[in-house]
Amino acid sequence: METVVSIKPLLASLVSLVAVIPIVLSGKRPNLREGWTFLAGLIKLGLVVSMLPVVLAGGTVQYTLWEVLPGLAIAFKADAMGMLFALIAATLWLVTSAYSIGYMRGLHEHSQTRYFSFFAVALSATIGVAFAANLFTLYLFYEMLSLATYPLVTHHQDGEARASGRKYLTFILGTSIGLVLPAMLIVYSLTGTLDFTAAGILSGTTTKTVIVVLLLMFVFGFAKAGIMPMHGWLPAAMVAPTPVSALLHAVAVVKVGVFSIFRILTGIFGVDLLRTLGLGETLCVIASITILAASLIALSQDGLKRRLAFSTIGQLSYIVLGAALLSPKGMVGGLLHIAMHAFGKITLFFCAGAIFVATGKKNISEMVGIGKRMPVTMIAFLIGSMSVIGIPPTGGFISKWHLLLGTLEADQLPMLVVLLSSSLLNAAYFLPVFYRAFFCTAEESLFPAKIEEAPAWCVAPLVLTALISVGLFFNPQPFLRLAEMAVQFCVGG
Amino acid sequence: MISPEQYPVLIVVTPLLSAFLINILGNMDKRFCYPATLLALAGSLAAAVGTLCRVANEGVIHYRVGGWPPPFGIEYVVDHLNALVLVVVAGVALVAAVASKRSVEEEFPHKITQFYTLFVLLTTGLLGMTITGDAFNLYVLMEIAALTNYALIAMGGNRALMASFNYVVVGTIGACFYLLGVGHLYIMTGSLNMADIMTILPSLYGTNAILVAAILMLLGAWIKMAFFPLHGWLPNAYTYAPSATSSLVAPLMTKVSVYIMIRVMFSVLGATYVFTVLPVKELIVWLATAAIVGGSLFALSQKDFKRMLTFLIVAEVGYMVGGAWLATERGITGAILHIVNDAVMTLCLFLFSAIVVYKTKGHQLSNLEGMFKKMPLTMTAFAVGALSMIGVPPTAGFFSKWYLILGGIDAGQWQFVVALLFSSLVNAVLFFRIFEIAYYEPHSDHHGHSAPVAIDEAPMSMLLPLAVVAVAIIMLGLYSGEIVTTFIQHAVPAGI
Amino acid sequence: MEMLLAKYNYWIYVTLMMIGIYAMIAKCNLMKKIIGMSIFQTAIIVFYVSIGAKKGATIPIIAHGHGVAHEAVRVADYVNPLPHVLMLTAIVVGVGTLGVALAIAMSIHEKYGSLEEDEILERQE
Repeated sequence: METVVSIKPLLASLVSLVAVIPIVLSGKRPNLREGWTFLAGLIKLGLVVSMLPVVLAGGTVQYTLWEVLPGLAIAFKADAMGMLFALIAATLWLVTSAYSIGYMRGLHEHSQTRYFSFFAVALSATIGVAFAANLFTLYLFYEMLSLATYPLVTHHQDGEARASGRKYLTFILGTSIGLVLPAMLIVYSLTGTLDFTAAGILSGTTTKTVIVVLLLMFVFGFAKAGIMPMHGWLPAAMVAPTPVSALLHAVAVVKVGVFSIFRILTGIFGVDLLRTLGLGETLCVIASITILAASLIALSQDGLKRRLAFSTIGQLSYIVLGAALLSPKGMVGGLLHIAMHAFGKITLFFCAGAIFVATGKKNISEMVGIGKRMPVTMIAFLIGSMSVIGIPPTGGFISKWHLLLGTLEADQLPMLVVLLSSSLLNAAYFLPVFYRAFFCTAEESLFPAKIEEAPAWCVAPLVLTALISVGLFFNPQPFLRLAEMAVQFCVGG
Repeated sequence: MISPEQYPVLIVVTPLLSAFLINILGNMDKRFCYPATLLALAGSLAAAVGTLCRVANEGVIHYRVGGWPPPFGIEYVVDHLNALVLVVVAGVALVAAVASKRSVEEEFPHKITQFYTLFVLLTTGLLGMTITGDAFNLYVLMEIAALTNYALIAMGGNRALMASFNYVVVGTIGACFYLLGVGHLYIMTGSLNMADIMTILPSLYGTNAILVAAILMLLGAWIKMAFFPLHGWLPNAYTYAPSATSSLVAPLMTKVSVYIMIRVMFSVLGATYVFTVLPVKELIVWLATAAIVGGSLFALSQKDFKRMLTFLIVAEVGYMVGGAWLATERGITGAILHIVNDAVMTLCLFLFSAIVVYKTKGHQLSNLEGMFKKMPLTMTAFAVGALSMIGVPPTAGFFSKWYLILGGIDAGQWQFVVALLFSSLVNAVLFFRIFEIAYYEPHSDHHGHSAPVAIDEAPMSMLLPLAVVAVAIIMLGLYSGEIVTTFIQHAVPAGI
Repeated sequence: MEMLLAKYNYWIYVTLMMIGIYAMIAKCNLMKKIIGMSIFQTAIIVFYVSIGAKKGATIPIIAHGHGVAHEAVRVADYVNPLPHVLMLTAIVVGVGTLGVALAIAMSIHEKYGSLEEDEILERQE
């Protein structure tokens, strides 16, 4: 296997952090400021894509920045799993930036410079997590992400934002300091290293009890993954401006959570160890509880963004479930779902934001007949919903298909039932939104039948992500290939 | 050119003589005081850095003051431990002095000369405590530092007077306990030289006199560092002290006292004695745990920003004492590393509080309203310090906490580990509460379109030191490994 | 009883010390606290001075001068001068502390018109 030593993974992470300086300096000239965001986004995507050939050829790109303490280095490694995630995040940042412009200017939001600066920092942290070569680096960027997203979540700076921001930090920082940090220290004191390896580093070092405790500390500690009961911050964080919800709470933040769980399950514990101790089932149960409960709660939500938030919580646990199945197909499905759900869910959030910009409506009950006014947006909404439910021809079908195969492969029929019933629930909470938007009588409709979409900056991105969602059904590359390679690497062929 | 041989003594003599000079100059024209102070402290820092380099290259330095050989004369011993502490003390003092200009002019314009004389004299005392290898000399320097400290705190007037008076009483008890302990050691060994005592002591380990000596000396150090439950004097004294005083005293006084404790433990009594003969190891770790939890909880209940910081000092002292008494290599490493890191972190927080007092004439939490808008740079620098207190990588605070927790795990002292994590969480609550006040208040309408707030940064002489400290916190974090392998590793007693 | 008498110097210093600490902690009047502090410091000085003393010894001035080989110096003949010298320093420190304490007490009296701790605390409100 080829190992390339290159500074690229570091640069890919740092480019948006550096971009903060020109963004702040050109704060008085919005067009120039957003120009910097796009420039940084393009460079970032370019750097990530430039590493793709090496990774697809089975190699990795590595770079050690600084060894702080023995066995505790800030090191980067672009492998298949990291590449998969980085590719999604880098692509969607560009799309979201375009959308942000439409949204923030459309609503005349204040402090836009601060907004774009912290957005850039958050992306820096996300790519850092994706390319982290060890748990310490991952933790560093994980914390950086928590802090960078705080001003974004609380952008409105009013009482509600304050309460939600407090909840957000309580969950996110509380668990990372209270659970992940000690778990990381215990792992370090047991093994003397924190590097992610193919077979894990914990096997043969300690008793089953300790492993179980560590596993629970990690799984619940990465609260960004939203596993119940650590999910409370996600609905609260919906006070954020919609582009923030879209990118951070459908893509970057929550996916960082599940990605971290994926990383520690494969890189720290090791698939073999988890199989031997039979811990996969435990995790499956934890994940399936969240899947079902979140879907049920989503049914009762009237706020569109809140419904989407609970849907996200459920979908995140699909990914955890995929990892917990410990079967190759299941894990491929889980990883693939990171990508598919990202494109589907970001479309849905974009739609919610577009509706808000165009009409000021936030609740589903107020959206009767909106399809006649915003047909493009609502059709994109349908595509996004289909992808999240897993109906062909959308990308979501591919990942769910793999997950289902995984349950069969792992001989976990109950999980198959969980997945199928959850899909039904997904359909039950998404399709009525679409149905009532289009199919209502003229009297019922709350909107005049005149087409009046949100600004083009808002609509174009959501059309794009909807199209990608469909496109991924027909050609799920390179994500499928990357997921397969990642799984092959950690399952050991 | 001064020979590097003389560096150790220059660290102390430069500020000592300058203190008198500043007094004379100040009586001619008080504008001389500030530059003279900076010059003196910079000279001291340069000598300290020179000594640090020599220690790194050549190992332990013994300097005979006046050429008298020990045990008759006073000996300065600079090893890997105090070389590091010396640089920290001199560095923190210099930065605090730079930042003090505006606060001093604002708070007591008629006492500038006295202030800077005492300021430099206090630094002399702290440096002397750190560098000396003589147990009695240490007492004298401890009292020099303490006496100047009392006066500097009392300069705050009003409530500071009573706080300072209480501090005089308690501080004197602490110093006298230490002196009594030294007396007992002297009876038994006939020596006051630390290294000398250490070689004589093992044959006397079982005796009661040594036991009394050990307890008295440690008790003295604990009173001086405000180790729970002996911390009562600290919150008032540091809260009501003038800003310029607290920027110097809060970061250094407790840290140097912790250094004294570690010195007494490992270079006078010996690690074997304190960890195996004295049956108090576990008890002290429990006390440290209580200090951390108690300090954090008290900090949580404060409405006064500066007072909150003082309770954090109490908790941080618990970190260091607990770490040292874990009796594991990583615990002691963490404690020593934390002396360095905490000095810099605390400096950051108190420099910020000085800015708050200068700008808003108060140090209540409500004084911090709208700070992010008014002083974005100051708040950024403060945020670095706050994150370091919470223990977010890559700031310095994360790495010392890393060692301390690992030390706790190694020693199987889980209550200490839990306390450390608890304190991190409480710090997160505390500092984010401050961020909230600075970020949300005064309340605005839904989209934050409140009356435009003009940027009103702190003056350069205060902002620049704060920024330097913030950068230092991150650099110290990244160079933790270097500091540990070059210095602290050699300072941890062998065979633990 | 035997022990009491044999080590009477220690008992004296311990008693003095306790009186001092009591005054420092229990007394409300700041002046009494300062007096207690002085007693406390004096106790330690007494302790140090007493440990230098030896029965039948004389002041530590070597009668025969330097370099006279056949008149070897017998340690037991002379009082140990070192603790006494140390105490010169300690007395100076004590005076310094006393001075600072009195100065602060004066400022407090000027400010609050009282030296009683409870009255001062009341007036601080």
